[in-house]
Amino acid sequence: MLTGFLKHYGRRIVITLPLLWLGVFFLLPLLEILQVSFSEARRGVPPFKPLWEFESGQFFFQGTVENYLLLLDYWEDYFGPVLNSLRLAFISTLICLVFAYPMAWWIARSQPQFRLILLILVLLPFWTSSLVRLYALIGILNTNGFINNALIWLGLIDSPLRMMQTDLSVYLGMVLTYLPLMILPLYASLSRLDDSLVEAAADLGAKSGQIFLTIILPLSLPGVIAGCLLVFIPAVGEFVIPALLGGPDQLMLGKVLWTEFFRNRDWPVASAIAILLLLVVTLPILYARYQDVQEDERETR
Amino acid sequence: MFRSVPWQVKCLAIVGFGLLYVPIMVMFIYSFNESKLVSVWAGFSFKWYAALAGNEQLLGALGKSLTIAFWSANLSTIFGMLIAICFVRFGRFRGRLALSLLSSAPLVMPEVVTGLSLLLLFIAMEGLFGWPSGRGIDTIIIAHATFGMCFTAVVIQARLRDMDKDIEEAARDLGARQPYIFLSITLPVIAPAILAGWLLAFTLSFDDLVIASFVSGPGSSTLPIVVFSKVRLGVTPEINAIGSLIILGVSFFVIIASLIYYRSQPKQADR
Repeated sequence: MLTGFLKHYGRRIVITLPLLWLGVFFLLPLLEILQVSFSEARRGVPPFKPLWEFESGQFFFQGTVENYLLLLDYWEDYFGPVLNSLRLAFISTLICLVFAYPMAWWIARSQPQFRLILLILVLLPFWTSSLVRLYALIGILNTNGFINNALIWLGLIDSPLRMMQTDLSVYLGMVLTYLPLMILPLYASLSRLDDSLVEAAADLGAKSGQIFLTIILPLSLPGVIAGCLLVFIPAVGEFVIPALLGGPDQLMLGKVLWTEFFRNRDWPVASAIAILLLLVVTLPILYARYQDVQEDERETR
Repeated sequence: MFRSVPWQVKCLAIVGFGLLYVPIMVMFIYSFNESKLVSVWAGFSFKWYAALAGNEQLLGALGKSLTIAFWSANLSTIFGMLIAICFVRFGRFRGRLALSLLSSAPLVMPEVVTGLSLLLLFIAMEGLFGWPSGRGIDTIIIAHATFGMCFTAVVIQARLRDMDKDIEEAARDLGARQPYIFLSITLPVIAPAILAGWLLAFTLSFDDLVIASFVSGPGSSTLPIVVFSKVRLGVTPEINAIGSLIILGVSFFVIIASLIYYRSQPKQADR
């Protein structure tokens, strides 16, 4: 009986289960955040007023756009972190690309055994806690950290350099955390590259720079784009790195949201910032993805 | 010409590897440091490992993190497999676009937003049906499974798409039934991807600070939450010790796993 049931409904169950889960634990929370972002803050548990209230047989709507107006009123406090997040994430992505491309290239072009070793070397940090590695970075960059002590011991500097709480420390933290994410898609597309194209170009007299710019780079472009997205997206909303390594100048949206939520306990404003983050990061990318999906469907039709 | 890698490329690559490994090396060395100061070397000692063995807060958090990562990886893998089957095998079906958007959106969501939104949902649900009462390990598992399944779906989907469908066709022609085909052919073929997906989900969960901070309750602090609060307070050499242990443990598993993988593919290696 069970087999018959599964045969009949199996397909529908397979589709419905994940749809249901993601609907409840992903879509609903987003609607909830939208709702709270229009609620009024209050003292109490939870620290916001419900948007709808049912009282003496009537529904009352008590929404407000105050939270968004607050973001506008103090736009320097919020707009600055928006720009900062985009800038720090963008430059971090570029730095990751600069190092990841040669690494991926080297891995893709080495002998199988050596390739395995190099791949393990890339994967190892990826599998280990990034928080712990960031903590190690603090020990290196601190005023009484590894680098400063070494430089003073060598007599190169008299007083310690300030490296923590600067753009530099944030970039290093981002590279440390996200470099493997950039390497893997690059490696995938570089290892699929057809050697005969490169050889043909070389036979026809193309210089190595030319070969790189006209053949290798264009053919690895999908990997570049995938890698950049994998780094850029989490970097924009990053909280841990600016919190541990950045100072007041490296304020990012993720950290602002965290502070509003945990320190100021202003959940409605935190929700409004979350909506802002979604508008800046997620919606543009989802829109692009939606267009891709539609194109796929048109092709399969 | 491009068979050999130009030296400039190698140099940049080596710097890249250095960026990844210097912090790990320094941490590993200083985990054996006698002194409490990170920067001053005062002789070799196992002091911080001993201190770690007596630190119930850190060890308890480690246990919770492993439990959460284990269960959320299981959930992620099951649901990720279902999603992958939908996309690869079912062709066009009602809800395909919805599932496609819903399963890719968590991949492009900032963690702070995912965490906050899930917390708000849990609070609203508690108000409506009394579940979940308070937040703890179960809510963290649900949160981690939700974004984990989107990653495992991508991994399993890739393998399922590359799989040779003729084997299944042959089995069907020979009279095998669908459940039998799935268990004896499809599952073994995609097993490496399932394992890879499970490990990915496990790592993402084990490593997550932000989402767990939002949806955890009192008494359910995971290892990253405890480590983060300790790091914020200042230098704690026990972190060096536990970090080194994590890295050693992970290295052990990764090396074993890649040796098995390497042995299982002799033909590719000869090429």
